[in-house]
Amino acid sequence: MSEFAVILVHTTSEAIFTERILKAAGFDIKLIPTPRHLSSDCGSAVRILMSDKEDCLEALNEAGLVLDRIEPLEI
Amino acid sequence: MIYLDHAATSWPKPACVHEAMERFMRDVGASAGRSAHRLSLEAERIRFDAREVIGCLLGLNDPMRVIFTPNATTALNMVIHGLLTRENSHVVTTGMEHNAVMRPLRALEQSGVTVSIVPCQSDGMMHATSIEERIKPNTRLIVVNHASNVCGTVLPVRQIGEIARRHGIPLLVDAAQTAGAWPIDMHADHIDLLVFTGHKGLLGPSGTGGLAIHDDFNLDLLPPFIHGGTGSQSEEETQPNLMPDKYEAGTPNSVGLAGLAASVHYLMDYGLEQIVAQEQKLTSRLIDGLDEIDGVHVIGPMELNQRTAVVSFNIESIPCSEVAHHLDQQFDIMCRPGLHCAPRTHRTLGTYPDGTVRFAPGPFVPIEEVDRAIEAVTTLAEQRLNV
Ligand SMILES: Cc1ncc(COP(=O)(O)O)c(C=O)c1O
Repeated sequence: MSEFAVILVHTTSEAIFTERILKAAGFDIKLIPTPRHLSSDCGSAVRILMSDKEDCLEALNEAGLVLDRIEPLEI
Repeated sequence: MIYLDHAATSWPKPACVHEAMERFMRDVGASAGRSAHRLSLEAERIRFDAREVIGCLLGLNDPMRVIFTPNATTALNMVIHGLLTRENSHVVTTGMEHNAVMRPLRALEQSGVTVSIVPCQSDGMMHATSIEERIKPNTRLIVVNHASNVCGTVLPVRQIGEIARRHGIPLLVDAAQTAGAWPIDMHADHIDLLVFTGHKGLLGPSGTGGLAIHDDFNLDLLPPFIHGGTGSQSEEETQPNLMPDKYEAGTPNSVGLAGLAASVHYLMDYGLEQIVAQEQKLTSRLIDGLDEIDGVHVIGPMELNQRTAVVSFNIESIPCSEVAHHLDQQFDIMCRPGLHCAPRTHRTLGTYPDGTVRFAPGPFVPIEEVDRAIEAVTTLAEQRLNV
Protein backbone atom coordinates (compact mmCIF):
# COMPACT_ATOMS: atom_id res chain seq x y z
CA MET A 1 0.00 0.00 0.00
CA SER A 2 1.28 3.46 -0.79
CA GLU A 3 2.39 5.65 2.06
CA PHE A 4 0.66 8.75 0.75
CA ALA A 5 -2.77 9.70 -0.52
CA VAL A 6 -3.81 12.75 -2.56
CA ILE A 7 -6.91 14.80 -1.95
CA LEU A 8 -8.14 16.14 -5.26
CA VAL A 9 -9.51 19.66 -5.16
CA HIS A 10 -11.38 21.60 -7.82
CA THR A 11 -9.82 25.04 -7.45
CA THR A 12 -6.72 26.57 -5.91
CA SER A 13 -8.93 28.33 -3.38
CA GLU A 14 -10.08 24.88 -2.30
CA ALA A 15 -6.47 23.69 -2.13
CA ILE A 16 -5.57 26.55 0.20
CA PHE A 17 -8.74 26.08 2.25
CA THR A 18 -7.87 22.39 2.65
CA GLU A 19 -4.29 23.20 3.56
CA ARG A 20 -5.50 25.72 6.14
CA ILE A 21 -7.86 23.28 7.85
CA LEU A 22 -5.52 20.30 7.87
CA LYS A 23 -2.48 22.28 8.98
CA ALA A 24 -4.47 23.82 11.82
CA ALA A 25 -5.47 20.30 12.89
CA GLY A 26 -1.80 19.28 12.92
CA PHE A 27 -1.73 16.87 9.96
CA ASP A 28 1.43 16.26 7.95
CA ILE A 29 0.46 17.62 4.54
CA LYS A 30 1.96 19.14 1.42
CA LEU A 31 0.61 20.89 -1.66
CA ILE A 32 1.78 19.02 -4.76
CA PRO A 33 1.02 19.27 -8.47
CA THR A 34 -2.04 17.21 -9.36
CA PRO A 35 -0.77 13.84 -10.62
CA ARG A 36 -1.46 13.60 -14.33
CA HIS A 37 -3.16 10.20 -14.15
CA LEU A 38 -5.70 11.51 -11.65
CA SER A 39 -6.79 14.68 -13.40
CA SER A 40 -6.19 16.58 -16.58
CA ASP A 41 -6.17 19.82 -14.62
CA CYS A 42 -2.76 21.31 -14.05
CA GLY A 43 -3.37 22.72 -10.59
CA SER A 44 -2.52 21.66 -7.07
CA ALA A 45 -3.58 18.74 -4.94
CA VAL A 46 -3.09 18.05 -1.25
CA ARG A 47 -0.83 15.17 -0.25
CA ILE A 48 -1.57 13.50 3.09
CA LEU A 49 -0.40 10.37 4.89
CA MET A 50 -2.49 7.39 3.91
CA SER A 51 -2.87 6.55 7.60
CA ASP A 52 -4.51 9.96 8.20
CA LYS A 53 -7.09 9.55 5.45
CA GLU A 54 -10.21 9.06 7.57
CA ASP A 55 -9.25 11.69 10.13
CA CYS A 56 -8.48 14.24 7.42
CA LEU A 57 -11.83 13.65 5.77
CA GLU A 58 -13.58 14.13 9.06
CA ALA A 59 -11.74 17.39 9.77
CA LEU A 60 -12.66 18.69 6.31
CA ASN A 61 -16.29 17.70 6.62
CA GLU A 62 -16.50 19.42 9.96
CA ALA A 63 -15.26 22.62 8.33
CA GLY A 64 -17.94 22.26 5.65
CA LEU A 65 -15.62 21.16 2.83
CA VAL A 66 -16.91 18.13 0.99
CA LEU A 67 -14.04 16.57 -0.95
CA ASP A 68 -14.94 13.16 -2.21
CA ARG A 69 -11.88 12.18 -4.20
CA ILE A 70 -8.97 10.83 -2.24
CA GLU A 71 -6.64 8.59 -4.19
CA PRO A 72 -3.54 6.60 -3.29
CA LEU A 73 -0.38 8.29 -4.53
CA GLU A 74 1.62 5.97 -6.81
CA ILE A 75 5.25 6.90 -6.95
CA MET B 1 -4.38 69.24 4.91
CA ILE B 2 -7.77 68.06 6.08
CA TYR B 3 -9.21 65.14 4.15
CA LEU B 4 -13.00 64.88 4.52
CA ASP B 5 -13.71 62.75 1.45
CA HIS B 6 -13.75 59.30 3.03
CA ALA B 7 -17.13 58.48 1.49
CA ALA B 8 -15.41 58.60 -1.91
CA THR B 9 -12.24 56.80 -0.84
CA SER B 10 -10.69 56.51 2.60
CA TRP B 11 -7.23 58.01 3.01
CA PRO B 12 -4.64 57.72 4.40
CA LYS B 13 -4.71 53.94 4.75
CA PRO B 14 -3.32 52.16 7.82
CA ALA B 15 0.44 51.59 7.43
CA CYS B 16 -0.07 47.81 7.41
CA VAL B 17 -1.86 48.19 4.06
CA HIS B 18 1.14 49.82 2.35
CA GLU B 19 3.42 47.25 3.95
CA ALA B 20 1.36 44.26 2.82
CA MET B 21 1.18 45.62 -0.73
CA GLU B 22 4.87 46.43 -0.84
CA ARG B 23 5.75 43.00 0.51
CA PHE B 24 3.50 41.41 -2.08
CA MET B 25 5.08 43.34 -4.95
CA ARG B 26 8.58 42.62 -3.74
CA ASP B 27 8.36 39.03 -2.48
CA VAL B 28 5.31 37.35 -4.01
CA GLY B 29 4.25 39.03 -7.22
CA ALA B 30 2.63 35.98 -8.83
CA SER B 31 -0.96 35.49 -9.88
CA ALA B 32 -3.32 33.79 -7.43
CA GLY B 33 -5.03 30.69 -8.79
CA ARG B 34 -2.97 30.41 -11.98
CA SER B 35 0.10 28.24 -11.52
CA ALA B 36 1.10 25.76 -8.85
CA HIS B 37 4.53 27.11 -7.93
CA ARG B 38 5.17 28.41 -4.49
CA LEU B 39 4.74 32.09 -5.32
CA SER B 40 1.37 31.49 -6.90
CA LEU B 41 0.30 29.39 -3.93
CA GLU B 42 1.41 32.14 -1.60
CA ALA B 43 -0.68 34.65 -3.59
CA GLU B 44 -3.63 32.28 -3.23
CA ARG B 45 -3.06 32.01 0.51
CA ILE B 46 -3.22 35.80 0.77
CA ARG B 47 -6.38 35.94 -1.34
CA PHE B 48 -7.94 33.22 0.78
CA ASP B 49 -7.05 35.13 3.92
CA ALA B 50 -8.91 38.13 2.48
CA ARG B 51 -11.99 35.95 1.82
CA GLU B 52 -11.90 34.54 5.30
CA VAL B 53 -11.54 37.79 7.18
CA ILE B 54 -14.21 39.56 5.11
CA GLY B 55 -16.59 36.61 5.56
CA CYS B 56 -15.98 36.86 9.27
CA LEU B 57 -16.67 40.62 9.31
CA LEU B 58 -19.98 40.07 7.52
CA GLY B 59 -21.15 37.08 9.56
CA LEU B 60 -20.72 34.47 6.81
CA ASN B 61 -19.60 30.90 7.48
CA ASP B 62 -18.23 29.88 4.08
CA PRO B 63 -15.23 31.93 2.89
CA MET B 64 -15.68 30.49 -0.62
CA ARG B 65 -18.81 32.61 -0.91
CA VAL B 66 -16.81 35.82 -0.76
CA ILE B 67 -16.24 36.79 -4.40
CA PHE B 68 -13.78 39.47 -5.45
CA THR B 69 -14.45 42.00 -8.21
CA PRO B 70 -12.64 45.22 -9.16
CA ASN B 71 -15.20 47.37 -7.28
CA ALA B 72 -18.76 47.49 -5.94
CA THR B 73 -20.13 48.56 -9.31
CA THR B 74 -19.03 45.36 -11.04
CA ALA B 75 -20.54 43.20 -8.30
CA LEU B 76 -23.83 45.13 -8.39
CA ASN B 77 -24.04 44.67 -12.15
CA MET B 78 -23.28 40.98 -11.73
CA VAL B 79 -26.27 40.44 -9.45
CA ILE B 80 -28.71 42.89 -11.02
CA HIS B 81 -28.15 41.52 -14.53
CA GLY B 82 -27.94 37.94 -13.28
CA LEU B 83 -31.21 37.87 -11.36
CA LEU B 84 -33.32 39.84 -13.81
CA THR B 85 -32.85 37.70 -16.90
CA ARG B 86 -36.30 36.13 -16.90
CA GLU B 87 -38.96 37.71 -19.05
CA ASN B 88 -41.24 40.21 -17.30
CA SER B 89 -38.93 40.52 -14.30
CA HIS B 90 -39.83 43.15 -11.72
CA VAL B 91 -37.49 44.70 -9.18
CA VAL B 92 -38.12 46.86 -6.11
CA THR B 93 -35.60 49.49 -5.06
CA THR B 94 -35.55 52.75 -3.09
CA GLY B 95 -35.27 56.47 -3.68
CA MET B 96 -31.84 56.46 -2.00
CA GLU B 97 -29.80 54.57 -4.57
CA HIS B 98 -26.43 55.35 -6.11
CA ASN B 99 -26.06 55.25 -9.90
CA ALA B 100 -24.19 51.95 -9.49
CA VAL B 101 -27.69 50.54 -8.88
CA MET B 102 -29.87 52.98 -10.85
CA ARG B 103 -27.96 52.80 -14.12
CA PRO B 104 -28.01 49.00 -14.46
CA LEU B 105 -31.73 49.09 -13.60
CA ARG B 106 -32.43 51.81 -16.16
CA ALA B 107 -30.48 49.84 -18.75
CA LEU B 108 -32.56 46.73 -18.03
CA GLU B 109 -35.79 48.71 -18.41
CA GLN B 110 -34.87 48.87 -22.10
CA SER B 111 -35.24 45.11 -22.27
CA GLY B 112 -38.58 44.98 -20.48
CA VAL B 113 -37.65 44.82 -16.78
CA THR B 114 -40.02 46.90 -14.63
CA VAL B 115 -38.71 48.90 -11.69
CA SER B 116 -40.62 50.11 -8.60
CA ILE B 117 -38.88 52.83 -6.63
CA VAL B 118 -40.00 53.22 -3.02
CA PRO B 119 -40.09 56.93 -2.22
CA CYS B 120 -38.25 58.00 0.94
CA GLN B 121 -38.71 60.97 3.27
CA SER B 122 -36.75 64.16 2.80
CA ASP B 123 -34.11 62.89 5.26
CA GLY B 124 -33.85 59.62 3.35
CA MET B 125 -35.70 57.51 5.91
CA MET B 126 -38.33 54.96 4.93
CA HIS B 127 -40.47 52.17 6.37
CA ALA B 128 -39.70 48.62 5.34
CA THR B 129 -43.42 48.02 4.79
CA SER B 130 -43.36 50.33 1.78
CA ILE B 131 -41.11 47.74 0.10
CA GLU B 132 -43.62 45.01 0.84
CA GLU B 133 -46.47 47.03 -0.69
CA ARG B 134 -44.68 47.01 -4.03
CA ILE B 135 -43.92 43.29 -4.26
CA LYS B 136 -45.63 41.57 -7.19
CA PRO B 137 -45.83 37.94 -8.29
CA ASN B 138 -43.01 38.61 -10.79
CA THR B 139 -40.69 40.46 -8.37
CA ARG B 140 -37.31 38.76 -8.73
CA LEU B 141 -35.12 41.07 -6.70
CA ILE B 142 -35.16 43.70 -3.97
CA VAL B 143 -32.12 45.96 -4.04
CA VAL B 144 -31.44 48.58 -1.39
CA ASN B 145 -28.66 50.90 -0.38
CA HIS B 146 -27.53 50.18 3.18
CA ALA B 147 -26.43 53.75 3.88
CA SER B 148 -26.55 56.81 1.70
CA ASN B 149 -23.31 58.13 0.25
CA VAL B 150 -24.93 61.58 0.17
CA CYS B 151 -26.31 62.10 3.68
CA GLY B 152 -25.51 58.94 5.66
CA THR B 153 -29.08 57.70 6.20
CA VAL B 154 -29.08 54.03 7.18
CA LEU B 155 -32.02 52.09 5.73
CA PRO B 156 -33.87 49.43 7.80
CA VAL B 157 -32.12 46.52 6.16
CA ARG B 158 -33.00 43.91 8.76
CA GLN B 159 -36.73 44.60 8.46
CA ILE B 160 -36.45 44.61 4.67
CA GLY B 161 -34.58 41.31 4.95
CA GLU B 162 -37.41 39.77 6.95
CA ILE B 163 -39.91 40.84 4.30
CA ALA B 164 -37.74 39.53 1.47
CA ARG B 165 -37.30 36.22 3.30
CA ARG B 166 -41.05 35.88 3.90
CA HIS B 167 -41.76 36.42 0.21
CA GLY B 168 -38.88 34.27 -0.99
CA ILE B 169 -37.33 37.14 -2.99
CA PRO B 170 -33.54 37.63 -3.00
CA LEU B 171 -32.36 40.77 -1.21
CA LEU B 172 -29.30 42.56 -2.59
CA VAL B 173 -27.73 45.17 -0.30
CA ASP B 174 -25.35 47.84 -1.53
CA ALA B 175 -23.00 48.06 1.44
CA ALA B 176 -20.43 50.29 -0.28
CA GLN B 177 -20.82 52.86 2.53
CA THR B 178 -21.32 50.49 5.46
CA ALA B 179 -18.86 47.58 5.17
CA GLY B 180 -16.28 48.41 7.84
CA ALA B 181 -18.29 51.36 9.14
CA TRP B 182 -21.53 49.82 10.43
CA PRO B 183 -22.39 46.43 11.94
CA ILE B 184 -23.48 43.83 9.38
CA ASP B 185 -24.56 40.26 10.03
CA MET B 186 -25.80 38.64 6.84
CA HIS B 187 -27.56 35.86 8.75
CA ALA B 188 -29.32 38.02 11.34
CA ASP B 189 -30.11 40.70 8.74
CA HIS B 190 -31.38 38.13 6.19
CA ILE B 191 -29.18 39.52 3.44
CA ASP B 192 -28.86 37.11 0.51
CA LEU B 193 -26.34 39.11 -1.48
CA LEU B 194 -24.16 41.88 -0.15
CA VAL B 195 -21.91 44.08 -2.26
CA PHE B 196 -18.89 45.76 -0.69
CA THR B 197 -16.09 47.94 -1.96
CA GLY B 198 -12.57 47.70 -0.59
CA HIS B 199 -11.46 51.30 -0.76
CA LYS B 200 -13.89 53.07 1.56
CA GLY B 201 -14.77 51.88 5.08
CA LEU B 202 -12.76 48.68 4.67
CA LEU B 203 -9.67 50.92 4.39
CA GLY B 204 -8.16 48.91 1.53
CA PRO B 205 -6.81 50.00 -1.86
CA SER B 206 -8.94 50.99 -4.84
CA GLY B 207 -9.50 48.26 -7.42
CA THR B 208 -10.91 45.89 -4.79
CA GLY B 209 -14.50 45.03 -3.96
CA GLY B 210 -16.84 42.13 -4.20
CA LEU B 211 -19.94 40.17 -3.46
CA ALA B 212 -20.66 38.17 -0.31
CA ILE B 213 -23.27 35.43 -0.80
CA HIS B 214 -25.37 34.09 2.09
CA ASP B 215 -24.51 30.52 3.10
CA ASP B 216 -28.04 29.36 2.21
CA PHE B 217 -28.45 31.20 -1.10
CA ASN B 218 -29.07 28.89 -4.06
CA LEU B 219 -26.14 29.58 -6.38
CA ASP B 220 -27.98 28.11 -9.37
CA LEU B 221 -30.11 31.28 -9.41
CA LEU B 222 -27.13 33.48 -10.21
CA PRO B 223 -25.31 32.87 -13.49
CA PRO B 224 -21.76 34.12 -14.01
CA PHE B 225 -21.56 37.68 -15.40
CA ILE B 226 -18.05 37.55 -16.81
CA HIS B 227 -16.77 34.39 -18.45
CA GLY B 228 -13.13 33.47 -18.88
CA GLY B 229 -10.02 31.90 -17.42
CA THR B 230 -10.08 30.76 -13.82
CA GLY B 231 -7.14 28.37 -13.63
CA SER B 232 -9.59 25.53 -12.91
CA GLN B 233 -11.26 23.01 -15.27
CA SER B 234 -9.13 24.34 -18.09
CA GLU B 235 -10.20 21.45 -20.32
CA GLU B 236 -13.67 23.02 -20.53
CA GLU B 237 -14.63 25.92 -22.77
CA THR B 238 -17.50 26.83 -20.47
CA GLN B 239 -17.38 28.59 -17.12
CA PRO B 240 -16.83 26.18 -14.19
CA ASN B 241 -19.71 25.74 -11.78
CA LEU B 242 -17.29 25.89 -8.83
CA MET B 243 -17.03 28.41 -6.05
CA PRO B 244 -15.51 30.93 -6.12
CA ASP B 245 -14.25 30.48 -9.69
CA LYS B 246 -17.76 30.64 -11.18
CA TYR B 247 -17.80 34.40 -10.52
CA GLU B 248 -14.08 35.23 -10.74
CA ALA B 249 -12.90 34.96 -14.36
CA GLY B 250 -9.78 36.93 -15.24
CA THR B 251 -6.54 37.66 -13.41
CA PRO B 252 -7.32 38.90 -9.91
CA ASN B 253 -5.93 42.06 -8.33
CA SER B 254 -3.63 40.05 -6.06
CA VAL B 255 -1.65 43.02 -4.77
CA GLY B 256 -4.87 44.87 -4.02
CA LEU B 257 -6.24 41.86 -2.16
CA ALA B 258 -3.03 41.69 -0.11
CA GLY B 259 -3.73 45.27 0.96
CA LEU B 260 -7.40 44.52 1.60
CA ALA B 261 -6.65 41.47 3.75
CA ALA B 262 -4.31 43.61 5.84
CA SER B 263 -6.81 46.45 6.20
CA VAL B 264 -9.70 44.20 7.26
CA HIS B 265 -7.52 42.44 9.84
CA TYR B 266 -6.59 45.88 11.11
CA LEU B 267 -10.28 46.82 11.34
CA MET B 268 -11.21 43.63 13.17
CA ASP B 269 -8.37 44.11 15.67
CA TYR B 270 -9.28 47.74 16.16
CA GLY B 271 -12.93 46.85 16.68
CA LEU B 272 -15.97 47.90 14.68
CA GLU B 273 -17.75 49.30 17.76
CA GLN B 274 -14.78 51.56 18.35
CA ILE B 275 -14.87 52.73 14.72
CA VAL B 276 -18.60 53.44 14.93
CA ALA B 277 -18.16 55.30 18.24
CA GLN B 278 -15.38 57.49 16.82
CA GLU B 279 -17.36 58.26 13.69
CA GLN B 280 -20.44 59.14 15.73
CA LYS B 281 -18.47 61.55 17.85
CA LEU B 282 -17.17 63.32 14.73
CA THR B 283 -20.59 63.28 13.06
CA SER B 284 -22.30 64.70 16.11
CA ARG B 285 -19.78 67.55 16.29
CA LEU B 286 -20.14 68.25 12.57
CA ILE B 287 -23.93 68.27 12.53
CA ASP B 288 -24.22 70.46 15.62
CA GLY B 289 -21.51 72.83 14.43
CA LEU B 290 -22.84 73.26 10.90
CA ASP B 291 -26.46 73.48 11.98
CA GLU B 292 -25.70 76.50 14.17
CA ILE B 293 -24.21 78.57 11.36
CA ASP B 294 -26.50 81.23 9.92
CA GLY B 295 -27.33 80.43 6.30
CA VAL B 296 -26.18 76.80 6.46
CA HIS B 297 -28.65 73.94 5.92
CA VAL B 298 -27.73 70.43 6.97
CA ILE B 299 -29.43 67.69 4.96
CA GLY B 300 -30.32 64.22 6.26
CA PRO B 301 -31.20 62.64 9.59
CA MET B 302 -30.04 64.23 12.83
CA GLU B 303 -30.24 61.06 14.96
CA LEU B 304 -26.81 59.44 15.26
CA ASN B 305 -28.13 55.89 15.45
CA GLN B 306 -29.66 56.18 11.99
CA ARG B 307 -26.72 57.56 10.07
CA THR B 308 -23.12 57.06 9.11
CA ALA B 309 -20.39 59.72 9.13
CA VAL B 310 -21.47 61.40 5.89
CA VAL B 311 -22.83 64.92 6.30
CA SER B 312 -24.28 66.97 3.46
CA PHE B 313 -25.03 70.68 3.66
CA ASN B 314 -25.42 73.84 1.64
CA ILE B 315 -24.58 77.47 2.25
CA GLU B 316 -27.41 79.72 1.08
CA SER B 317 -26.68 81.47 -2.20
CA ILE B 318 -23.24 79.92 -2.80
CA PRO B 319 -23.15 77.01 -5.29
CA CYS B 320 -21.77 73.85 -3.66
CA SER B 321 -18.92 73.56 -6.16
CA GLU B 322 -17.72 77.06 -5.18
CA VAL B 323 -17.88 76.19 -1.51
CA ALA B 324 -15.76 73.08 -2.11
CA HIS B 325 -13.32 75.06 -4.23
CA HIS B 326 -12.84 77.69 -1.51
CA LEU B 327 -12.48 75.00 1.14
CA ASP B 328 -9.69 73.46 -0.92
CA GLN B 329 -7.92 76.66 -1.96
CA GLN B 330 -8.29 78.82 1.15
CA PHE B 331 -8.59 76.27 3.92
CA ASP B 332 -6.82 73.15 2.67
CA ILE B 333 -9.94 71.05 3.18
CA MET B 334 -10.80 68.27 0.69
CA CYS B 335 -14.45 67.38 0.23
CA ARG B 336 -16.88 66.51 -2.54
CA PRO B 337 -19.62 68.77 -3.90
CA GLY B 338 -22.36 68.05 -6.44
CA LEU B 339 -24.59 65.06 -6.98
CA HIS B 340 -22.20 62.33 -5.74
CA CYS B 341 -23.18 59.90 -8.54
CA ALA B 342 -26.61 59.72 -6.90
CA PRO B 343 -29.20 61.89 -8.68
CA ARG B 344 -32.01 59.67 -7.37
CA THR B 345 -30.93 60.34 -3.78
CA HIS B 346 -30.66 64.07 -4.38
CA ARG B 347 -34.19 64.10 -5.83
CA THR B 348 -35.41 62.41 -2.66
CA LEU B 349 -33.57 64.93 -0.48
CA GLY B 350 -34.82 67.88 -2.54
CA THR B 351 -31.28 68.90 -3.51
CA TYR B 352 -31.47 67.99 -7.22
CA PRO B 353 -30.01 69.34 -9.51
CA ASP B 354 -27.88 71.73 -7.46
CA GLY B 355 -26.37 69.12 -5.15
CA THR B 356 -24.72 69.58 -1.77
CA VAL B 357 -21.32 69.91 -0.14
CA ARG B 358 -20.38 66.63 1.53
CA PHE B 359 -18.11 66.21 4.55
CA ALA B 360 -17.22 62.60 5.23
CA PRO B 361 -14.69 62.20 8.02
CA GLY B 362 -13.22 58.75 8.41
CA PRO B 363 -12.91 57.28 11.90
CA PHE B 364 -9.36 58.52 12.41
CA VAL B 365 -9.84 62.21 11.60
CA PRO B 366 -8.90 64.27 14.68
CA ILE B 367 -11.81 66.21 16.17
CA GLU B 368 -9.78 69.45 15.83
CA GLU B 369 -9.88 69.01 12.07
CA VAL B 370 -13.66 68.78 12.17
CA ASP B 371 -13.69 71.98 14.25
CA ARG B 372 -11.47 73.70 11.69
CA ALA B 373 -13.84 72.61 8.93
CA ILE B 374 -16.79 74.07 10.83
CA GLU B 375 -14.86 77.34 11.30
CA ALA B 376 -14.07 77.44 7.59
CA VAL B 377 -17.74 77.02 6.68
CA THR B 378 -18.63 79.74 9.20
CA THR B 379 -16.17 82.08 7.51
CA LEU B 380 -17.53 81.31 4.04
CA ALA B 381 -21.12 81.78 5.24
CA GLU B 382 -20.20 85.18 6.70
CA GLN B 383 -18.33 86.22 3.55
CA ARG B 384 -21.43 85.57 1.46
CA LEU B 385 -23.20 88.42 3.24
CA ASN B 386 -20.45 90.84 2.21
CA VAL B 387 -20.54 90.22 -1.55
C1 LIG C 1 -23.66 53.79 -2.07
C2 LIG C 1 -22.62 53.45 -3.10
N1 LIG C 1 -22.83 52.45 -3.97
C3 LIG C 1 -21.92 52.10 -4.89
C4 LIG C 1 -20.72 52.76 -5.01
C5 LIG C 1 -19.75 52.33 -6.06
O1 LIG C 1 -18.56 51.88 -5.53
P1 LIG C 1 -17.30 51.60 -6.50
O2 LIG C 1 -16.99 52.95 -7.10
O3 LIG C 1 -16.25 51.09 -5.62
O4 LIG C 1 -17.75 50.66 -7.54
C6 LIG C 1 -20.46 53.84 -4.13
C7 LIG C 1 -19.20 54.65 -4.21
O5 LIG C 1 -18.73 55.15 -5.15
C8 LIG C 1 -21.42 54.18 -3.16
O6 LIG C 1 -21.21 55.19 -2.32
